[in-house]
Amino acid sequence: MFDAQMIAMLWEGVVDTIYMTVVSTFLSYVFGMVLGVLLVICRRDGIWPRPVLYGVLDVVVNLTRSFPFLILMIAVIPFTRFLVGTTIGNNATIVPLVIAAAPFVARLIEASLLEVDSGVVEAAQSMGASTWQIIAKVLLPEALPSLLNGSAVAAITILGYSAMSGAVGGGGLGKLAIMYGYNRYQTDIMFATIVLLIIIVQLFQMLGNWATKRSDKRLF
Amino acid sequence: MAEPIISIRGLEKKFQSKNSEVYALKGINLDIHQGDIFGIIGRSGAGKSTLVRCINMLERPTGGQVLFEGKDLCRLPECDLREARRSMGMIFQQFNLLMQRTAEENVCFPLELTGTPRETARKRAAELLELVGLSKRASSYPSQLSGGQKQRVAIARALATNPKVLLCDEATSALDPSTTASILALIKDINRRLGITAVVITHEMSVIEKICSHVAIIAGGKIAETGPVEEVFYHPRTEAARTMVMPEALDPERLPQGRVVRIVFTGSSSLEPVIGNMILDCGRPLSILYSDLREIDGAVCGQMVLQLPDDAEACERIYAFAASRGLELEDMKHV
Repeated sequence: MFDAQMIAMLWEGVVDTIYMTVVSTFLSYVFGMVLGVLLVICRRDGIWPRPVLYGVLDVVVNLTRSFPFLILMIAVIPFTRFLVGTTIGNNATIVPLVIAAAPFVARLIEASLLEVDSGVVEAAQSMGASTWQIIAKVLLPEALPSLLNGSAVAAITILGYSAMSGAVGGGGLGKLAIMYGYNRYQTDIMFATIVLLIIIVQLFQMLGNWATKRSDKRLF
Repeated sequence: MAEPIISIRGLEKKFQSKNSEVYALKGINLDIHQGDIFGIIGRSGAGKSTLVRCINMLERPTGGQVLFEGKDLCRLPECDLREARRSMGMIFQQFNLLMQRTAEENVCFPLELTGTPRETARKRAAELLELVGLSKRASSYPSQLSGGQKQRVAIARALATNPKVLLCDEATSALDPSTTASILALIKDINRRLGITAVVITHEMSVIEKICSHVAIIAGGKIAETGPVEEVFYHPRTEAARTMVMPEALDPERLPQGRVVRIVFTGSSSLEPVIGNMILDCGRPLSILYSDLREIDGAVCGQMVLQLPDDAEACERIYAFAASRGLELEDMKHV
């Protein structure tokens, strides 16, 4: 059953899945970071209060997060084609993955940054720190353990989305599970992809836990 | 007298809630001079924290002026205000250290904000940690330090940019008595050695007595009384100041029948047993109802409350004796 060809295919699925997850997570953080930081500093009691902007961003994030991923992926097909030139394969999957995950990541970052003690922010203000300095030197470094913890959550969620994308032309383990496991009733392949996904999820979580613990200077 | 370093004029802070306005501060006028240790004391909710936070604009006043070296901070543009804040260090009740940085990195933090080169900053941090007696813990994280040590790091951090003023917002309220004493001694030492003006917010009388030169009593968002510590503490003129300064034991309701007087000692010689001689002189026993005295450089400071004998003649002698020793007797209550 598991001949060399099959194993090569599964291996390719693993590589594709990890590729999509890592690239999408990275890009989601690029956009999510900006959004998340804005969501924190723009609130009424934030360090750069802009209630209107906050209100708009808040609604936009909620709207995007309301879309079921499968629907979102189909909805953004024209945009994906415009960006990548195709709507199937790994790179084409990354576009909807980032669109779906960035607002989610923004919320994770928002929650992490809100955990930072407001007294510390005040202390920085009392020393004449600018808004930008507070973000770069207080909020982000102080929230680092929580941010790292959140990044494992984000990566695992994105991994789940990427498997879903197999249904409409995405690559990776999700595609294999649907093509062989679902369409052709090859339960063993279905089973193999699940085991592989479990292992990848475990690895991400362990990496996240390790990084969180290592970065946190509050625990001894 | 020289121009005050901080001058507060008609300061007002109003908090707007849904359908009412609450004045946290109203009509505050204060002058704080270079080199003072200026205490601001009040009960919780009196507005003392709001007041100190208005001095460096952590809280924006809704009216009045805060003049720092002649500049009105309320009207400074953002970047000038940041500059001014660097001349005012601040320490907090909860220390507010960066938890992910070592003690040394915490002290370097304000220097990083001003773009000081790394090596210069580290040298300065080493000096300051030496000053606060924590050289050995430079590479410890705040979670590895005790409360007193954390406050020392916070003080070192506040001093990093060579401020002219140190604002202390309940800096010792989270510390035990002996740690409090050592932190207060440190603040006093810094004031003396570096000539830094300190503004000390507290709800504890003992803090004011130990280190302050001047005090303002704040009650209900207004300054009830202000002046040199001995004057305000031993001769309070207002009701608000009296209730703050007088210990609870001296509540007029709870004083015994008879004639009760308060003696204020403001530096008379500690060599003479004054009360003993007073008793011998009038030939009648006296009850000491309350006493809070301490010796500072050979002089007695503090207050004592005595119940005088019923005998009018003995009372006369006591008054005469007190007058001869330059002591003031203040009637707490006549019956």
